Amino acid sequence: MKTKNIMIVGVGGQGTLLASKLLGKLLLTKGYDVKVSEVHGMSQRGGSVVTYVRYGEKVYSPIIDKGEADFILSFEMLEAARWTEYLAKDGMILTNTQQVNPMPVITGAAEYPEELEKKIADLGIKLDAFDALALAEQAGSSKAVNIVLLGRLSKYFDFTMDEWMQAIETSVPPKFLEMNKKAFLLGRE
Amino acid sequence: MKSLMLGNEAVARGLYEAGCGFVSSYPGTPSTEITETIAKYKEVYAEWAPNEKVAMEAAFGASLSGTRSFCGMKHVGLNVAADPLFTISYTGVNAGMIIAVADDPGMHSSQNEQDSRHYAIAAKLPMLEPADSAEAKEFTMLAYEISEKFDAPVLIKMCTRVAHSQSIVESGERNEIEAKKYEKCIEKYVMMPGMAKRRHPIIEERTKKLIEFAETSSVNRVEAGKDKSMGIITSSTCYQYVKEVFGDKYPVLKLGMINPMPVEKIKRFAAEVEKVVIVEELDGIIEAHCNNIGVEVKGKEIFGCIGEFSQNIIAEKLGAEVDEGARLNENVPARPPVMCAGCPHRGLFYTLKKNKLNVMGDIGCYTLGAVAPLAAIDSTICMGASVSGLHGFNKAGNMADKTVAVIGDSTFMHSGVTGLINVAYNESNSTVIILDNSITGMTGHQQNPTTGFNLKGDPATKIDLESLCRAVGIKRVRVVDPYNLKECDDVIKEEVAAEEPSVVISRRPCALLKYVKHPGPITAKSDKCVGCKACMKIGCPAISIVNGKATIDNTLCTGCGVCTQLCKFGVLGAKEEN
Repeated sequence: MKTKNIMIVGVGGQGTLLASKLLGKLLLTKGYDVKVSEVHGMSQRGGSVVTYVRYGEKVYSPIIDKGEADFILSFEMLEAARWTEYLAKDGMILTNTQQVNPMPVITGAAEYPEELEKKIADLGIKLDAFDALALAEQAGSSKAVNIVLLGRLSKYFDFTMDEWMQAIETSVPPKFLEMNKKAFLLGRE
Repeated sequence: MKSLMLGNEAVARGLYEAGCGFVSSYPGTPSTEITETIAKYKEVYAEWAPNEKVAMEAAFGASLSGTRSFCGMKHVGLNVAADPLFTISYTGVNAGMIIAVADDPGMHSSQNEQDSRHYAIAAKLPMLEPADSAEAKEFTMLAYEISEKFDAPVLIKMCTRVAHSQSIVESGERNEIEAKKYEKCIEKYVMMPGMAKRRHPIIEERTKKLIEFAETSSVNRVEAGKDKSMGIITSSTCYQYVKEVFGDKYPVLKLGMINPMPVEKIKRFAAEVEKVVIVEELDGIIEAHCNNIGVEVKGKEIFGCIGEFSQNIIAEKLGAEVDEGARLNENVPARPPVMCAGCPHRGLFYTLKKNKLNVMGDIGCYTLGAVAPLAAIDSTICMGASVSGLHGFNKAGNMADKTVAVIGDSTFMHSGVTGLINVAYNESNSTVIILDNSITGMTGHQQNPTTGFNLKGDPATKIDLESLCRAVGIKRVRVVDPYNLKECDDVIKEEVAAEEPSVVISRRPCALLKYVKHPGPITAKSDKCVGCKACMKIGCPAISIVNGKATIDNTLCTGCGVCTQLCKFGVLGAKEEN
């Protein structure tokens, strides 16, 4: 099979790393060759962050380049807009519609672009945009946005519910397990 | 058992399985997780040292005593440890010794993108360069064998994309190694001129033997390709990009050992192909070697020596097709990293900016004090340079009443204290501000000598910063709470005005530490807001102006209260106040 590529993008502190680790674990149990690439350090401090998950028979590069992503899982609207060129021709963006203002917007040096959903869709990109933050809060914590998004992503994969739940169990602390399971199901609905 | 591991975790696993017994490191992105991971194995002693030089010397001492040892650092850390590096190359080791150095091409989290491979050549030491996590483990275990066989510390060179990428690793059992006997050997271990002169030829002979090893070892392997119009020599993560683009189209010589490099193996490879292209990030190290041995190659004239590579870069430069996705025709604002909401550094930097001070900066989260709107830092060079630089600035210039240094607690212990000794000893009228947030922040919360805990999480001797500063000769030592803007302002005004050296300790634990309890988000009475934007001067990500009025992001605000001290209209305040 051709190597499949999932890009996870967001704002430092939103929990993108956990999402990529969880996906990596799940794909490993399915017998794929897997590479997951992260960036640590300074960019994590509220900056634009991106992690790459690649899987297939044999994966070489640890990173996803422009035109390669089958899915972009975005935690924030502006970040979805930032990475469109990384999407493959038949790729798809799943995004949280939440807006987190970057510092240049906060200081007034730049403006948060309007109607990003429409502009992305106008490029002919398949887009699934929804309020993952609201669903996470409904599940019990705004921190569960990552699991809500994974729930939505799961609709596009033929892994069983059991397999997803197992991956969640091995990735989140036991005391938050029920809340995260709920978040996953809300995202998947 | 097969599992996904970061390259750094795989190095740690290799150390564990190879019977490593002693680890001393200083954290630095992208190297930190090696030591954090090895610390989880109870069989291995592991510690954070105050800096990389201390770590390397400690690891050498452990090797001398007969225990397999390790130290890890980022590329710029190797500059700090370069002094012992060059001389332990001469002494060699007793038990095996490994030094991991992690480069950061593209500077994801670094102040320069120096190429550490130069150090292996300059110090005449073997260097292995893994290309994924499986190799990171395998090469680490091999490195101990090389170290003991050739009597040399061995460098493992990581880079961000190997260190911070997870790939599949097969774990094995730990191989308990019996400690080697320590024998006194003045000729080998006392590097004074008479002895060192006899050691240098031994080192040159060692390099010749290492070249023989490089000729035959499977770490340097040729992968066949049908199209002989081009052969590619590469290493590390670049190998992955090359294979991603070309698969097995062209023959590839993958170098796992970057110093010393083979000679005959490269010549034979070159003879089989029409032309040779070198794919390597940063400097032309492999290229220079090929030039030296008379093999004609192309490398840096195609790829340049700046930043990270990727599969598309390799494809474009070598004429393969690249199909990019659609770009949004829109100005997408950048999202630079920022100080977190509730960060204790914010109030302090606001005070420095307000007083229009020149600020000598240093390495840590607080380097973000240079970013707008605070923009409060004038220089950042390397660990410790704030304090020593301030001394020179004040001695030579005439701005001591307008200039301060800022340095974190961990960075101060790393190499700030020596600069402070210079301030006291040579008497510059300098004000040094220690930003004591009780942790090593930027690299992800590591303990250090001022925190009272060691790497394993056990209670440890806590260096008292006030006593230390007084002990080196600073008479004026003050402590402020950076959440209290008036206190900060008063004390800093007094200390820059004072006609003698002084230290201000700005003390408040990192807002991200789990034990820190926050009061919770403040509220904004938007009806009272006149839109003066005084609260926007501190660059807090939790505050925005919406429709001309200040608003608070409840998911980010910790309730630190710094902004409430700036609001003159009673808009921003704790919940109960409003």
